[in-house]
Amino acid sequence: MDQDLQLVKGNEAVAEAAARAGCRYFFGYPITPQNELPAYMSWRLPELGGVYLQAESEVAAINMVYGAAGAGVRVMTSSSSPGISLKQEGISYLAGSELPCVIVNMVRGGPGLGSIQPAQSDYFQATKGGGHGDYRMVVLGPSDLQELVDLTYESFNIADRYRNPVMILGDGIMGQMMEPVRFPELLDPQTLPVKEWATTGRGGKRKENNLINSLYLDAEACWEHNQKLGEKYRQMKENETRWEILYEDAEFYFAAYGTTARIVKKALESLRQRGYSVGLVRPISLWPFPDQAFASLAEKARGYVVVEMSMGQMVEDVRLAVGSELPVEFIGTAGGVMPHPSDISDKMETLIREVGGHK
Amino acid sequence: MKAVFTRPQALSDQATHYCPGCLHGIAHRLVAEALDELDLTERAVGVASVGCSVFTYNYFDCDFQQAAHGRAPAVATGIKRARPDSIVFTYQGDGDLASIGAAEAMHAASRGEKITVIFINNAIYGMTGGQMAPTTLEGQRTTTSPSGRDVSLTGHPLRMSEMLQGLPGVAYLARVSCHDVKHIRQAKQSVQKAFEVQREGLGFAMVELLSNCPTNWGMTPGESLKWLEENMIPYYPIGELKTPEAVTDHGE
Amino acid sequence: MVNEILIAGFGGQGVMLMGQILAHAGMEQDLHVSWMPSYGPEQRGGTANCGVVISEDPVGSPVVTEPTECVVMNLPSLEKFESSVRPSGHLFVNSSLCDQEVKRDDIQVVTIPVTEEADRLGNARVANMIMLGALASCLPNLPFDAIKASLRAVLPERHHQLIPINEKALERGRELYQQQ
Repeated sequence: MDQDLQLVKGNEAVAEAAARAGCRYFFGYPITPQNELPAYMSWRLPELGGVYLQAESEVAAINMVYGAAGAGVRVMTSSSSPGISLKQEGISYLAGSELPCVIVNMVRGGPGLGSIQPAQSDYFQATKGGGHGDYRMVVLGPSDLQELVDLTYESFNIADRYRNPVMILGDGIMGQMMEPVRFPELLDPQTLPVKEWATTGRGGKRKENNLINSLYLDAEACWEHNQKLGEKYRQMKENETRWEILYEDAEFYFAAYGTTARIVKKALESLRQRGYSVGLVRPISLWPFPDQAFASLAEKARGYVVVEMSMGQMVEDVRLAVGSELPVEFIGTAGGVMPHPSDISDKMETLIREVGGHK
Repeated sequence: MKAVFTRPQALSDQATHYCPGCLHGIAHRLVAEALDELDLTERAVGVASVGCSVFTYNYFDCDFQQAAHGRAPAVATGIKRARPDSIVFTYQGDGDLASIGAAEAMHAASRGEKITVIFINNAIYGMTGGQMAPTTLEGQRTTTSPSGRDVSLTGHPLRMSEMLQGLPGVAYLARVSCHDVKHIRQAKQSVQKAFEVQREGLGFAMVELLSNCPTNWGMTPGESLKWLEENMIPYYPIGELKTPEAVTDHGE
Repeated sequence: MVNEILIAGFGGQGVMLMGQILAHAGMEQDLHVSWMPSYGPEQRGGTANCGVVISEDPVGSPVVTEPTECVVMNLPSLEKFESSVRPSGHLFVNSSLCDQEVKRDDIQVVTIPVTEEADRLGNARVANMIMLGALASCLPNLPFDAIKASLRAVLPERHHQLIPINEKALERGRELYQQQ
């Protein structure tokens, strides 16, 4: 067997992948269903010479991330839906002050205290800016644990490249399930490029002070700052859009991300076995949203079924990307209930029947 | 010509935006003098808060981070944990530290974070236009307590230093006042000790500086100093609340 | 070939561990695997179940809704999952704690009083391993030695003094399966 494969829980997989990416600082607060992640960090980071600290609240945790990110280190926090709501102020400040960090949301049912079972109902919050102001962050939605590991590792590079927070949007199942994964090499953070902008103290090495700040009291200066950020977000759109298409020659498509995409694959295979021409568009970057994926299918595709563990959030982006010419149907579950493959395939069969597609 | 009075090196060459008669300028100077005299400026990272002191980063000649309202001790924690050799200090008013940021201040103190907190208590919100603060005295008129603070409605003024006093993580704690020269000299000693405590890695250090707000108190600067002495000090007694043995007593 | 296995019982019966050992053994055989727990807020004593997928191809959905093999370690689990077993699939019933006949006649039912058998071995807590021994015997993809090796890999080291009794329990389960 492959000696490098390890059977691990999703929450632990993220934690180890972050450590491998050179993250040595973690600040968090307990919340189900992501508790294995901080628990892993609490022994793993000290072992690597780093710091794990349990904060008094999610609000404090994200601000500790702000401080550490401003001091120039790779840093991370994780939580689940209600906790991520509390972090929104800090995320806005991180984006405004252009600080790189990685935030993991193992989404659970909402709104309010909701449930602790898996959900995808934080899509709007993650991709449309849950905090105040005109900011964006790259949001990555992996659908299996190897992809979770690879994207977590890469998310630190993306964060540093743009000096911007990056979010890993998982769900309760992804955090709790186990699959074999292969981890990348352990990176020594000392080998990373020095962040010249960080507030490390001048240390006798420079005359200019470094300042981490999002306050531009003069309206013109704030406008200029927003233009600078806007240009950065444009570059993210250009370079960080990720997606997967299954069966590029199909007539009808599902669109789904994360764990839901895996359940959809089950429905997809059963439909194909019965002769239906169906495929799947799986956005991997949820922001930037892969409009191109849908554009690439425009000539052949005759309709979409969007499947989410929500009451319908990503479906709005799919409708924007597809336009009004084609039917875009939605089927979803919420509150922690997972969609059933047979309900998903029924929905697609109904669409195909209505549009007059053929087997 | 011989210079008899100069700006501390840790202060930048920039005029402040503070109102005439405000004691922020003196408090800034005390912090800068401590950084100069202990030779800590090259290692210093300040954390600015939200309130009148929001632009603190413009006035100190060292690295700075601007924090969200109340979160400065959490931000300082992140910096200090990532860079333990840095000398990290926050500069916060009473709205920032004692109201919206009470939890962050309390828990940073409880963890014994090796940071220095400069807490400016002038018993009112300044920047937003003179609203009632948690530290506003009983009967004190503000824009949101126009008939004077009614403690049956809003509770009693918060003594933050006394709240922190019992926490083992706190290594140094003092309340000082800046209303006259004698007290400013005492304040200087305390600020210096609060940085020495951090340099020696002894734990959390905080100095509460009683300050004024002539603009929002509706007084002349002179009147405000007298009001501070006669009204604030009786409720907020000055002195060292906690001192570690390892710190030298500069004494008068 | 795909095995979609559901293992259900109450918290503390070790159903999660059973699933993890299977998933690990599958990985060691170069198969694609996933393990997915149900989870509730309670730490002890609630109902618990996990789904394991073992497949020659990459695992699509890790969610097991129609198990090819289903284990029920107590009565509520039997009541909840009997109807979900795929036609001609296997249902393993802990008859010590399931005082009820299986109604389905389109599935293979394996009935073992694993709680009593575990008492007979001198450790009530190895009931899960007896059941795992029986279950593994009907999974041709997983050699029995692989199950034993995975027991060692998955069990935390502080419990390794319990490996002999657990191995004995696995073997007892295999014997009981073969007797049926």
